[in-house]
Amino acid sequence: MGVKLLLEKAHVEGIRTYEVYRREGGYRGVEKALKTMGPESIVDEVKKSGLRGRGGAGFPAGMKWSFIAKPEGVPRHLVCNADESEPGTFKDRYLMEFLPHLLIEGLIISSFALGSNDTYIYIRGEYAWIVDILEQAIDEAKANGFLGKNILGTGFNCEIHVQRGAGAYICGEETALIESLEGKRGNPRIKPPFPAIQGVWQRPTVVNNVETLAAVVPIINMGGEEYAKIGVGKSTGTKLMSACGNINKPGVYEIDMTISVEEFLYSDEYCGGIANGKRLKACIPGGSSVPILPANLLLKTAKGETRYMNYESLSDGGFATGSMMGSGGFIVLDEDQCVVKNTYTFARFYRHESCGQCSPCREGTGWMEKLLYRLEKGQGKISDIDLLWDIQRKIEGNTICPLGDAAAWPVAAAIRHFRDEFEWHITNAAEAQTRNYGLAHYADEIHVPTP
Amino acid sequence: MIKFSETQLTEFNRLVARYPEGKQKSALLPVLHLAQDSFGGWLSSDTMDYVAELLNIKPIEVYEVATFYSMYNLKPVGKYMFEVCQTGPCMLRGSDDIIAYIGETLGIKPGETTADGLFTLKTVECLGACGYAPMMQLGKYYREHLTKEKVDSIIAECRNIAATNN
Ligand SMILES: Cc1cc2nc3c(=O)[nH]c(=O)nc-3n(C[C@H](O)[C@H](O)[C@H](O)COP(=O)(O)O)c2cc1C
Ligand code: SF4
Ligand code: FES
Repeated sequence: MGVKLLLEKAHVEGIRTYEVYRREGGYRGVEKALKTMGPESIVDEVKKSGLRGRGGAGFPAGMKWSFIAKPEGVPRHLVCNADESEPGTFKDRYLMEFLPHLLIEGLIISSFALGSNDTYIYIRGEYAWIVDILEQAIDEAKANGFLGKNILGTGFNCEIHVQRGAGAYICGEETALIESLEGKRGNPRIKPPFPAIQGVWQRPTVVNNVETLAAVVPIINMGGEEYAKIGVGKSTGTKLMSACGNINKPGVYEIDMTISVEEFLYSDEYCGGIANGKRLKACIPGGSSVPILPANLLLKTAKGETRYMNYESLSDGGFATGSMMGSGGFIVLDEDQCVVKNTYTFARFYRHESCGQCSPCREGTGWMEKLLYRLEKGQGKISDIDLLWDIQRKIEGNTICPLGDAAAWPVAAAIRHFRDEFEWHITNAAEAQTRNYGLAHYADEIHVPTP
Repeated sequence: MIKFSETQLTEFNRLVARYPEGKQKSALLPVLHLAQDSFGGWLSSDTMDYVAELLNIKPIEVYEVATFYSMYNLKPVGKYMFEVCQTGPCMLRGSDDIIAYIGETLGIKPGETTADGLFTLKTVECLGACGYAPMMQLGKYYREHLTKEKVDSIIAECRNIAATNN
């Protein structure tokens, strides 16, 4: 069993309630932080911990916090990003549903560190029942003196408000989220100014992911240095992975980032192997927008070394032969699945979610969807593959926000690694309507030339 | 006449009070949810104008938002809306078959409502339940690990509730 810092208590009966959470040692972090540490030393501990943002980009959390502007007389805000809409990702939901007080505790400590008296949780609108769970936890924390006015007699005031979104993946992008929090369409803002300088209502704002803010609790309890000893290199601490697709045990797992991809995928402690006795064909290890990898590049790097479940190892090889940790949405495809169809559903998703502000993203996502639909239906031409490649290249890097890149990468990686499957959909169009391409050579041992 | 009841107004005031003075527009998304739930499951232009008036903003500011977000319905929907996820992870676990089965059983295509006004079938994109696929949203809650049998019993359950409420 690996180290569990977040989900250790997830199965304790009644842990959703304040009483049980408190009895199990909850809110000790708030007591320690507010009574014995100042805001600066909390930021220092988070810096020392090496914690990287868990929302997808992996930016160091302590560093992000230290950027917040502190103009005299202007309120600052912490906003918790609970929009969680990246296909394959459902870890924040799990954390909020089963351990609401862990998030609230993390939010209180982080609000104190940043000087936020009004903190907002922006949660995707579809998680409607989780709003009730969070509001109940907030009420309980308040009734016990951990929220509200003069918390623990320290003079610190803090309220946490839960705001529902209304169905828009783009509102997970931090500036779109801020626009949405202001009651507007979720159109990302042009940066700079960065939210740390001008965020919600033009006030300095920090936006962090649910898991990032929950991880602040163990960091404060154990100290940043101890936290940093868990994991490897710049992948410190533990990471929540949500695993789905054709595996025996889909679900949310907390991993110590030293385990191999093979162990995560095949051991009974985690995914439990491929479902129905099938073989592994491909995997998207970090949510729909990260590059898909064929089986042989997933378990080993192009150099033939074991691939591990951490930021560095998953991206080993760059886009040519690697992928990314992203948001931790681990999507597994068995030998019967069609990569073209899977890619088509993602293209449709990004077209649907593009906010429409930039032409490359607005037009490009729609065009890619149409081409992939055509290919999937066996009506494509060989030139469509090159056209797709060309379109994704023209979106990437040419847009206001990274949704453009997120739409381009899955298409690029699918063509890069599965080009022959795309071609087969064209050359064997009729057959492609009755069966899938299969495992082909995608699990073959990689031949590494010895120098 | 579109008008919130006393209890709905109390909720409205609670929502607005969460934002700083003068930033009441920030409450627009939650207030539109409240309005949709209160006035028949969709947002008519009368409803949107009423929300604009309550928040002291221009109607166009409400229309902009209502048309941007996928959870707001701009036309009437059935009493029970089956919002079935069709994105990759759900597709890998057979969501296409579930969507087709619901369509056949209810005699409607995605986007349509049954003649009796009871059911709407809608395909949606990832709802954050990929590990429990195939799945759908029904009202406030998710129904997960869907099978044909499960779909049958959900339909029966909805028909029962509708019959006892009539
Ligand atoms: C299109 C798009 C969608 C995003 N969705 C989410 C999301 O659902 N949840 C999240 O925490 N971050 C999301 N992000 C990343 C946020 O912009 C931001 O980097 C993150 O909330 C910062 O938190 P962290 O530093 O704690 O990871 C998204 C980014 C983009 C470009
Ligand atoms: S990249 Fe796409 S989603 Fe992002 S701002 Fe441009 S159009 Fe909107
Ligand atoms: S893909 Fe269906 S819930 Fe995520």
